[in-house]
Amino acid sequence: MQVNMNINGEAVSEDVEARTLLVHFIRDDVGLTGTHWGCDTSNCGTCVVLIDGEPVKSCTTLAAMASGHDITTVEGLEVDNVLDPVQEGFMQCHGLQCGFCTPGMMLTARALLNNNPNPSEEVIREAISGQICRCTGYSTIVRSIQWAAEHGTPVSVGN
Amino acid sequence: MQVPAPFEYERATSVEQAIALRAKLGDEARFIAGGHSLLPMMKLRLANPEHLIDINDLEELFYIKEEAGEIRIGAMSRHRDLLDSELLYQHFPIFRDAEKLIADPVVRNRGTIGGSLCQADPAEDLSAVCATLGATCVIKSETGERVVDMKEFHVGPYETAVGDAEMLTEIRIPTASNGGSAYEKVERRAGDWAVVSSGASVWMDGDTITAGRVGLAAVGDNTTQLDGVAELLAGKTASEELYTQAGELAAASCSPQTDNRGTEAYKRHLAMELTRRSLRRAVARAQGQEA
Repeated sequence: MQVNMNINGEAVSEDVEARTLLVHFIRDDVGLTGTHWGCDTSNCGTCVVLIDGEPVKSCTTLAAMASGHDITTVEGLEVDNVLDPVQEGFMQCHGLQCGFCTPGMMLTARALLNNNPNPSEEVIREAISGQICRCTGYSTIVRSIQWAAEHGTPVSVGN
Repeated sequence: MQVPAPFEYERATSVEQAIALRAKLGDEARFIAGGHSLLPMMKLRLANPEHLIDINDLEELFYIKEEAGEIRIGAMSRHRDLLDSELLYQHFPIFRDAEKLIADPVVRNRGTIGGSLCQADPAEDLSAVCATLGATCVIKSETGERVVDMKEFHVGPYETAVGDAEMLTEIRIPTASNGGSAYEKVERRAGDWAVVSSGASVWMDGDTITAGRVGLAAVGDNTTQLDGVAELLAGKTASEELYTQAGELAAASCSPQTDNRGTEAYKRHLAMELTRRSLRRAVARAQGQEA
């Protein structure tokens, strides 16, 4: 079947099997491998992308269900070589170690800050509670998101 | 890699068209709402529909409103909408208690009340929430609609009154003054299924519970509404002793099984304690002593 969607502002149109999951569509058909494929059971959250600005686990969403919608992947955070404050924050505050959970963490953080520019630590921790970091880096991830909240406005899509 | 078996996909454009499609395709077809229960089941081949009818575009099913002495919830209302709704919280704080602990915020962006009730997982929370509140469900077909109470709706694990050519479209909850409700849940880690949860709703006249209901989740079949506890509570004065009696009766009225979430004895203990806590809190809310 034909699916059509905007990914990071670019129109994408592909013929796929109806059973294709959004995570595989993004990685294998579109070739954007920044979105990671982890547990496959909607637990770990590394596959999170934004659908119309809202974080969604792409391993538990069909590409067909995303057809007609605006998708933001981690590649969409940086615009014209300018990093999103969230990306800067993760660099400044050591928000990643192995980097596997990072794309999902950063997109959830971006969606949170779009809705709530000054979240408390509790709100940040709640927002990322559907995502797992196995380097046990939650403290630095929280600090990275706080850094982003304090510095600058986003340049990216997903608003 | 886990992917579902092949199926045909169609996107519904209206409730009528979706039901007509379902009537044509019969039990080979399933509606897909948020997909966060159905897609995992399909990946594991526990569900193998040949057709999926996507109902995410049916904007007529996204609402939470007050009408005719009831709160009416469209079946496509997402967990996040139920959590955030001030209207719902004002009338039935049990929803916010439960929703805070259903999965995680990202999953709550997709999962729906209609999907949860129709999945009828024995560990699912909203069936107990709706049952304790005396909710009714509107089920539509090509020929009309019928309204059933939760006892009729929730047939058993993974089984509801919704037929192959029907769709759950709305959940209705009667509003009444002097009511209070609460939900308590123990889970192993954030976002996990319940080890045990308990919901309670009471309606008060002074210190007297004129009517009260308790429902449990994750402790066996058909515990979403415990009739014995409702009979015990009716007409009694609220007290710690009464909550304990209700808790003991709830613990005796369920059939938990030992598994990796805990032993049967531990789960019965939780059923007792969580019933006590949810009742205590529901009464405090009915009396305006707690938010």
